[in-house]
Amino acid sequence: MKYTHLILIIFLLFSCQENSTIDYQITEIDQLDELSIYQLPSEWKTQYGESIEFKNLKGKTLVVVMIYTSCKTACPRLVADMRMIEEKVTGKKGKDIQYVLVSIDPKNDTPEKLKAFAKENGLEDQKWLFLQGNEDDVRDFANIMSVKYKQISPIDFSHSNIISVFDKHGVMKFQKEGLGLENDEIVENILAIAKL
Amino acid sequence: MRKIFLLLAGLFLINNASAQQSNMALVKGGIYTPLYGIVEQSEVKIRDFYMDINPVTYADYLEFVNKNPKWQKSKVSKLFADGRYLSNWENDFSAPKEFLDKPVTMVSWFAAKAYCECQGKRLPTVDEWEYAAMASASKKDARTDILYNLSILRSYEEPKTFMKSVGLSKGNFWGIKDMHGMVWEWTQDFNSIILTGESRNNGNTDAGLFCASGAIGAKDMMNYAAFMRYAMRTSLKANYSITTLGFRCAKDTP
Repeated sequence: MKYTHLILIIFLLFSCQENSTIDYQITEIDQLDELSIYQLPSEWKTQYGESIEFKNLKGKTLVVVMIYTSCKTACPRLVADMRMIEEKVTGKKGKDIQYVLVSIDPKNDTPEKLKAFAKENGLEDQKWLFLQGNEDDVRDFANIMSVKYKQISPIDFSHSNIISVFDKHGVMKFQKEGLGLENDEIVENILAIAKL
Repeated sequence: MRKIFLLLAGLFLINNASAQQSNMALVKGGIYTPLYGIVEQSEVKIRDFYMDINPVTYADYLEFVNKNPKWQKSKVSKLFADGRYLSNWENDFSAPKEFLDKPVTMVSWFAAKAYCECQGKRLPTVDEWEYAAMASASKKDARTDILYNLSILRSYEEPKTFMKSVGLSKGNFWGIKDMHGMVWEWTQDFNSIILTGESRNNGNTDAGLFCASGAIGAKDMMNYAAFMRYAMRTSLKANYSITTLGFRCAKDTP
């Protein structure tokens, strides 16, 4: 347990640093199927009210972000990021890419709400998928992507801003943390992962 | 005849329910202010719940993997547990003998959660865990007791406490044992603990705000031990399987 001192010290050192840096992580490439999110048995509802499991998305590259629709601070920027990424990827002829927005607020974000949100933000194309799960499955999924979130009031959540890219086999290959800034690296990665 | 049957069924259910709680202690709910509370609403209401008296042991966990092969060392999905999962087990069916009565560690959050679900239980929330853990042997809330805090901090300095056997220490006010001084423990919503560490990665507010809220969020700076636990939680990912991290289960009251 001595290491906790170290953790604490490290964490204190970084605690008030300027946070404009973006962390890029690439996960292990081996053991494809074992790391696939297609093993998740969870069922989700889409913005069209249809039931779906992750394995139904097999064969597509997934670009995934967690949001909630009543969010007024980071989410609009996250959604804008997603749209910017989508435009750049489409411009470079990326194919079979599904953009997935998973709600961390399944109580409020019903399929109807998600659909209205999609419309408001001009994300009505088939390539945009909004998901509502149950609270347990949402936490599981967030934990697979190491997304942290906490409800801080009946309508507000605090959460980390991470966009994750999964390959056709459902294996996470790339993550971008942080808002806005440069999108070129994630775009390049999406294009490369889509070709695998 | 039917009535008798229903009565018997009812009795069986009651009997069954009490049997399941045999190794659990009832924690009476209440209102308390956690170290990192919700900013707008610093007090948290805890409902009555049951909590395992002891951390889950190697023997308990062995029984679980015997019944649930998908959580065996060689079969577990890498999505749910990293390479260190049960790494001191010789094979799928044998936990190290000298460890059987010790708290099982090197289990991921997903595994701990599955174990509890399998027992009809769940992992305790951070707030429940902290609420139960602030009790000393004589007080429900011993956080202002300097000696109590000191004893917890001393136990944190002790090396290799994960090699202690469970159940030998005295229970706290609720009868729960070894919450301090043995292993760190998984909680259901450990990923809801967002401290300043996360602001490196752009939590969701700008740097100044997030740092400030981190400092204001610390309700009880005296409680350095709790601070260490929260710092530990923020450093975890759900597939981590660590030598000093175990778990125990909780359950709602009927």
